[in-house]
Amino acid sequence: MAEEQNKTAVDFPGEIKEIPGGGIVLSKLDDVINWARSNSLWPLTFATSCCGIEYMAVAGAKYDFSRFGFEVARASPRQADVIIIAGTIVNKMGPVLKRLYDQMGDPKYVIAMGACAISGGPFFYNTYSVVKGADHIIPVDVYVAGCPPRPEALLHALISLQEKIKKGMTREQIKSGI
Amino acid sequence: MMNNEELKIKITGLLPSAIFDETGEWLNINIDPADWLAFAGQLRNDDSFYFDYLFCLTCVDFKTHLSMVYHLSSTKFRHNIVVKSKLDSNKPEIETISHIWKTAEFHEREVYEMFGVNFLNHPDLRLLILPDGWEGKNPMLKNFEDPVNMIKL
Amino acid sequence: MFRETEILKSGSQVLPTGEDLGGAGDLVINVGPQHPATHGVLHLVLTLNGETIKKVEPHLGYIHRSIEKMCESLTYRQFIYVTSRMDYLSAHINNHACALCVEKGMQIEVPERAQVIRVIMDELTRIASHELWWGAMAMDIGAFTPFFHAFREREKINEIMEETCGARLTMNYYVPGGLMADLHPDFQKKVKEFIVLFKRKIDEYDELVTGNIIFINRMKGVGMLSKEDAVSFGCSGPAARGSGASCDIRKLYPYAVYDKVQFEEILETGCDSLARYMVRIREMKQSIRIIEQLIDNIPEGDFQAKTKAVLKLPKGEFYTRVETARGELGVYIVSEGATTPYRIKFRSPGFSNLSALDKMARGSKLGDLVAMMGTLDLVIPDIDR
Repeated sequence: MAEEQNKTAVDFPGEIKEIPGGGIVLSKLDDVINWARSNSLWPLTFATSCCGIEYMAVAGAKYDFSRFGFEVARASPRQADVIIIAGTIVNKMGPVLKRLYDQMGDPKYVIAMGACAISGGPFFYNTYSVVKGADHIIPVDVYVAGCPPRPEALLHALISLQEKIKKGMTREQIKSGI
Repeated sequence: MMNNEELKIKITGLLPSAIFDETGEWLNINIDPADWLAFAGQLRNDDSFYFDYLFCLTCVDFKTHLSMVYHLSSTKFRHNIVVKSKLDSNKPEIETISHIWKTAEFHEREVYEMFGVNFLNHPDLRLLILPDGWEGKNPMLKNFEDPVNMIKL
Repeated sequence: MFRETEILKSGSQVLPTGEDLGGAGDLVINVGPQHPATHGVLHLVLTLNGETIKKVEPHLGYIHRSIEKMCESLTYRQFIYVTSRMDYLSAHINNHACALCVEKGMQIEVPERAQVIRVIMDELTRIASHELWWGAMAMDIGAFTPFFHAFREREKINEIMEETCGARLTMNYYVPGGLMADLHPDFQKKVKEFIVLFKRKIDEYDELVTGNIIFINRMKGVGMLSKEDAVSFGCSGPAARGSGASCDIRKLYPYAVYDKVQFEEILETGCDSLARYMVRIREMKQSIRIIEQLIDNIPEGDFQAKTKAVLKLPKGEFYTRVETARGELGVYIVSEGATTPYRIKFRSPGFSNLSALDKMARGSKLGDLVAMMGTLDLVIPDIDR
């Protein structure tokens, strides 16, 4: 069938109908938009502590994340799509994070990397200044466990985010009803 | 390089009220806070002492009193001493030494915000690490309670 | 909380701190906390007159995790691993300082095998840290390629660490009394391969970056810090050695087996950014020299001394100092005889190095600030603790 042929060749959402002289691609516009968005997510350079080094290692040549579309890491939140919270968030940094998130344009996605961003991590007990989890401040789509997570774990998280976008299950998409 | 005996003799000559303690690795000198400014100047400028490197400035809360601890070293002679001074818990005050060793400026700001010690004549005494609104809270004191944020094990 | 951009139109303007800026046309801007060149969350408030910097004021605390307060409720075996999150690029060396302090207090004798392995791991960590510094600094100056070269070598070191210690970045490998586990059987072979590879690469780096005329022009004469200022500001490590102040703890107060290996303390008298840069490049060569001397001579024996299960330091105070990749780290423990420390103070190298930034930056241009911060090699969690 034309569908099976299509699935092995290219990861494009839709079906190809063969007609004499070529073919017609049929798809839903939402699926095509989600596919395009997921393959070109630009992260914001935001690294507070140790997980930032593993994030930089993922950007390096061995575990390259630019082959998944995360090529350009933008410094300005206005130009970024995804914010990877790599590191601990403390009380003084909370308003800064909120401000950055507000400045990012829709659609925007959030990945919480490392134990500190998920729940405060090793700094959960007996600290007066750590926010116990970045999701107290901004809504998070994907959580990556580890202290710090291996680069492969972060790549798995990035791919999971891409799958989530293609299926339409991120918070953004659920909120706006896509 | 002066050993402990020579240091003790010279310091007693400069400051007779100093009390010595040699249980640790280096010579510990306990002085009165009022004598600190003059003594610090002598430690820095005297040619046989030449203590030009202040490598640690901190404070310890012993519940009944606060104790300032200064670790000094000399880059020329490579001898080290520790100067300690007891401060009253109700009104902890001591003179600043940031004009003698410039590293003290940041260290004293940190002690001010964490322990509440007032450094007299400091050029710029305000919060360094804690966010705005934490003046007076002094989190490193032993009686600091924060039931909301500090979850006990 | 944040100072918005202010343009001072005329006459004098008095800031909330009481400082009088004075000049007309002075601009106050914020650099950070989220900024690609600040290597972490450092907030600098710059007062500029056109492009010339008049004052730099660092605002810290954006990663203050109250480690010192937290350590007062952790046992002596537990608090060591929190310190590897402080200066995460020299994680092994931080752990070494804490383990040495506890061993000094409890009078534990560390076996020779453990000491030699500790030094080899420390020097590998130093090379990895300087690699990352080199890559990140070149990226800030504007050259993107060295970043990838640096991470390629770092990955080799991380693989070696991962086989033995189990983790790539925050390796919790040292315990009071020795090491947590013995070496992987392939360790010596892999390190020897790495030594051969690295010696070739460091010459490649010199050719690629150090000799580049644009790079030299950007670094020469930028960020002058005299020797007296370096000592007075408490600078240590390559930041002070670039100004001629001799302060290598491995030579002055040797610990582990540093008194038995031959290496040189690198001193440069240039006092500018290029001097600090050359100190670190030459330090990498010395680290390889140390590893070469030790890798074939690891003595047999125990990797851990027998200690009690619950450690209690006797009443008193203990101070140890080690040389991390950034400078002198001091661990000061005040103990009252309990299972947890009464007060711990970490004297971090970045805290004092940062206080010299204001002095270095006054009078230079905004573009030079990045080169200065790069050569100071600041890791902000180390400063805020």
